[in-house]
Amino acid sequence: MVNLTIDNRAVSVAEGTTIMEAATAAGIPIPKLCYLKEINEIGACRVCVVEIEGKEKLVTSCNNQAEEGMVIYTNSPKVRKNRKMTVEMILSQHDSSCVTCVRNTNCSLQKIASELNILEEPYKKELEYQPWNKNFPLIRDSRKCIKCMRCIQVCDKIQNVKVWDVEGTGSRTSIYVSGNRSIEESDCTLCGQCITHCPVGALRERDDTEKAWWAIENKKKVTAVQVAPAVRAAWGEVLGLSEKEATMGKITDALRRIGFDYVFDSVFSADLTIMEEGNEFVERFKKGDTKQMPMFTSCCPGWIRFIKSRYPHLVSRLSTAKSPQQMFGAVMKTYFAQKIGVKPDDMVTISIMPCVAKKGESNMELFYEEYAGKDVDVVLTTRELNRMIKTAHIDPKTLKDVPCDTPMQDGTGAGVIFGTTGGVMEAALRSAYYLITGSNPQADAFGEVRSTREQKGWKETVFQIGDIEIKTAVVNGLKNTAELIESLEKGTVHYDFVEVMACPGGCAGGGGQPIHDGEELATKRGKRLHALDEEASVRFSHENLCVQKLYEDFLEKPMSHKAHMLLHTDHNAWDMPRMK
Amino acid sequence: MSRLEIPIPNRAQIVVEQLYKDLERRIEASPSGLCPIDMSKAFLELCHAQSCGKCVPCRVGLSKLKQLIEDVLDGGAEPETLSLMEETAKSIMETADCAIGYEAANMIYKGLIGFRDEYLSHIEKGRCSCNYQQPVPCVSLCPAGVDIPGYIALVHEGRYQDAIRLIRKDNPFPTTCGFICEHPCEARCRRNMVDDAVNIRGLKRMAADFAGKVPPPACQPSTGKRVAIVGGGPGGLSTAYYLQLMGHQVVVFEMLPKLGGMLRYGIPNYRLPKNRLDDDIEAILATGVEVKHGLRIGTDITIDELRKQYDAVLITIGASTDKKLGIEGEDAKGVISAVQFLRDVGKEAAIDLKGQEVCIIGGGNVSMDAVRTAMRLGAKKVSIVYRRRIADMTALQDEIEGAIAEGVEMQTLKAPVKIEADEEGRVKGLWVRPQMISSIRNGRAGVKETGEKDLFLPCTTIIVAIGQDIEFKHFEEAGVPVKSGVIQTESHGGFDLLPGVFAGGDCATGPATVVRAIGASKVIAANIDEYLGYHHSIQSDVEVPKPNLSDRLPCGRVNMTEREAGERVCDFEGVENPMTEAECRQEASRCLRCDHFGYGIFKGGRETIW
Repeated sequence: MVNLTIDNRAVSVAEGTTIMEAATAAGIPIPKLCYLKEINEIGACRVCVVEIEGKEKLVTSCNNQAEEGMVIYTNSPKVRKNRKMTVEMILSQHDSSCVTCVRNTNCSLQKIASELNILEEPYKKELEYQPWNKNFPLIRDSRKCIKCMRCIQVCDKIQNVKVWDVEGTGSRTSIYVSGNRSIEESDCTLCGQCITHCPVGALRERDDTEKAWWAIENKKKVTAVQVAPAVRAAWGEVLGLSEKEATMGKITDALRRIGFDYVFDSVFSADLTIMEEGNEFVERFKKGDTKQMPMFTSCCPGWIRFIKSRYPHLVSRLSTAKSPQQMFGAVMKTYFAQKIGVKPDDMVTISIMPCVAKKGESNMELFYEEYAGKDVDVVLTTRELNRMIKTAHIDPKTLKDVPCDTPMQDGTGAGVIFGTTGGVMEAALRSAYYLITGSNPQADAFGEVRSTREQKGWKETVFQIGDIEIKTAVVNGLKNTAELIESLEKGTVHYDFVEVMACPGGCAGGGGQPIHDGEELATKRGKRLHALDEEASVRFSHENLCVQKLYEDFLEKPMSHKAHMLLHTDHNAWDMPRMK
Repeated sequence: MSRLEIPIPNRAQIVVEQLYKDLERRIEASPSGLCPIDMSKAFLELCHAQSCGKCVPCRVGLSKLKQLIEDVLDGGAEPETLSLMEETAKSIMETADCAIGYEAANMIYKGLIGFRDEYLSHIEKGRCSCNYQQPVPCVSLCPAGVDIPGYIALVHEGRYQDAIRLIRKDNPFPTTCGFICEHPCEARCRRNMVDDAVNIRGLKRMAADFAGKVPPPACQPSTGKRVAIVGGGPGGLSTAYYLQLMGHQVVVFEMLPKLGGMLRYGIPNYRLPKNRLDDDIEAILATGVEVKHGLRIGTDITIDELRKQYDAVLITIGASTDKKLGIEGEDAKGVISAVQFLRDVGKEAAIDLKGQEVCIIGGGNVSMDAVRTAMRLGAKKVSIVYRRRIADMTALQDEIEGAIAEGVEMQTLKAPVKIEADEEGRVKGLWVRPQMISSIRNGRAGVKETGEKDLFLPCTTIIVAIGQDIEFKHFEEAGVPVKSGVIQTESHGGFDLLPGVFAGGDCATGPATVVRAIGASKVIAANIDEYLGYHHSIQSDVEVPKPNLSDRLPCGRVNMTEREAGERVCDFEGVENPMTEAECRQEASRCLRCDHFGYGIFKGGRETIW
């Protein structure tokens, strides 16, 4: 143990503890801006400086360790003055038009400036301007960037994609797409982790709420909106709703009050995905197709962008099944459009997703025999949903639990856990068991595949189903994924079925989810989804009666020609920029 | 009333003078990779501030250039901007009245030519293609990439054995390099910005002195692969060390009786005591390296045989033959190459120079080794004959000063033209032609003849130290590519047409430094490992102390002292005195820990594995 004094309080901490952690443990919070635990401990913003008795220079508390006998002041006049001046310097290069900023009231710079009682900006403003394509799903505003380097570190250390880098030196040092590329020609997976880890509003998703409002207002258009599983575990966080209060039923109510004509739950199409992907897996497994390389799940568009750019030779290992978002869109514009007697062209399909990459996925090429247009016309993130609720001035406390629309109303517990790492695998195995043995397993029989955001590497599990042994792996985060693929290619591991989710913790930690600087909520949200699964009356995708009806009335059976044309895709139909 | 006054500098001027010194040291420590256009703008602003303001081209023109550079940096320039800049710079060069103006414009002009691509990148893409490099200057500049801040922190804590273990991760010759490394690491030490570079080489020597014998780490499980290394110099032995640690069995072929190559047979004992060299070699051999002595490549064994008998072959034969002067009388008795001369001393078969007058031709480090050795062998008079000035000599400053202190004569600006021999063919003396220093080309001052008469320097022994060559004939015949007398490897250290054969060290670079050969050995060891189908890594489990948070108050650099010249010149014992432990600790505390403070903690900091 190390004994020291912080703000006249005696503190005792374990060897190796940083000054910041030591102070926090003693109930003394130290403000910070660039710091991101284990990802960005580089002391760049200098906001967390503290004074050590006997030393002239201030020291950053985020990356220096507490030492025996140190006498530290976190709030001395010297610290306060310097901290304030540092923030004033940052503000001089930050576009502080807070009222028009997407991060207004959820901005770490705004918070620290307010805490330090900065009422005037003493330095002249000089904003850096870099042009940016506003049609791209990921938008960067150079005038707001405070060069904290978090985006670089997150993309590098968590995702190993390295889209961002420092560019230039000296006073003109900036952050931009690495390797002198533009964002369009980069291999950005659109995972959005840089957005959720940006302390200010320099990074955000393209805002598509106006497109949704336009569709709602347009009398000729019929709107059908779907809500992804992970959204229900997060949307209430910024609306003052508790975990239990923030139900899918209330999202449905909110969306109806906003003005959408039909509201659906993507859990339905998650179940539908299991029917297709589960059958595809059993078929491929039985044919011996997974003897060398596994079949990979295909529901995460960030992962699809990653494999296409980095491992194009492995694209054939992906399931051909579309993601639940795209499947639902396809079903809405065919089966459902016929049911309600509306031309597909007059339908606008909208999805609420925890994800930024879904905005890119909705542009994917379709098969010829499909109707014209896209499966999903407008993709909104959880954050955009929350903004629409606010714009509509809906008081969240007045929301009621209401059911989704028919005939795609049901969703099973298996579909709900699609929103967290391991969930797709678990749901698929529940149904694969049924497909292979003809009877249901215990609903939690495959709970072992569950992993967490914090899990390093990947989680492998081997299951005996009847006389068949299936080797599975579940991985989240693209750096972990790259390591898994390298091991697969070296032959040091072998699996039959691999679930990949690009974001740490899966969709629950998705790049489109509400932002809480310094907090990682994916694991907590994932637990909520598992709790909802446990509470569900039906926990097997193949027992979803609405899905069964869809096959009976329209798609014939899983993997039928029609199902193939509507619910599957050709991953080679479009190109990603290859890694140089 | 006084008619004349003694000028007294005012306070402001005194402070500015100090700031100039600060700036000089700062420029010395400037890291590479900075945007050259941004730097040009900064230089230009400094130059412009130096202008007296009398003349138009300097007063006005330089500010026009600055505005144009700013346009480029702000992304507001067109390709034509560069033409205008070029014309403007030329005009100032041609019209400015004094050097303050025309040399400032010349700096910009050189940049317009020298980094035109960077200018174009700014103009065409509106982006800078530069990235900050050398976040930890010492590590970036060390050819072997030794974890310098790491071992200095260990030295500071008195953990000398751990320091040696950490150094060995990247350099298996810690003791040797502690004595004789040319320390490129110190060149851009950021401590220069405070006061002076850290004495990195000295601290390494002290780590080795205080550590005593440190056994090497355990080898990884045997792979059963065998690698032949031709030449037991620093490059060959370093590669052998890493390959052994990776689990391969190495056999070193050495034609001389003992290992070490130039370290033993080139560098005199007074610079690198041989018992200290043996410390490093013993640790390397302790990994299980096999050695075969007395076999000469091309005569006793051939490359083709080795390729058949071993899984991989490495050529590290060094550069051990001498370059010829090409003047009349060179074959006279008493003319000897420095390589031969020093090798004989290393073999303890030195020629007797007692009472003789000796001339050494050349101004490099080998020349200094030769003159100082000749002094120790009892020569009456030892002279260096050199075409240029002392300032132009390529030898380390310390070596030149050491030689002068030991009584060596400096016959500079004298070009050898003829060696005169007596009737028996023995050297009588050296004819030299007086030179004068002349124009500077490619940054180096040239010489031309003064037209004065040739001078005769009487002497009985002439040692030629004008460079070394490589014995490449056998290798060339075996199909190894050779260009200008140097073995031409690919950047991975191997040859595309000869799979499994690698080369490194002096024979692949031309005569260079020990630490460059060691740096190459890491590349080659890793690539031989890959070639053999493995992916072993080398790392150290030594934990580096956390950085010291003390204020960095200016503090003088501890330089090494030497034994007094009159005493040391009489023997071959080491000339350099060690630091005391207190000096050592103080010097170690001067390290700024660039791996933790600054860019190093973000990118390019500590590399713990290769």
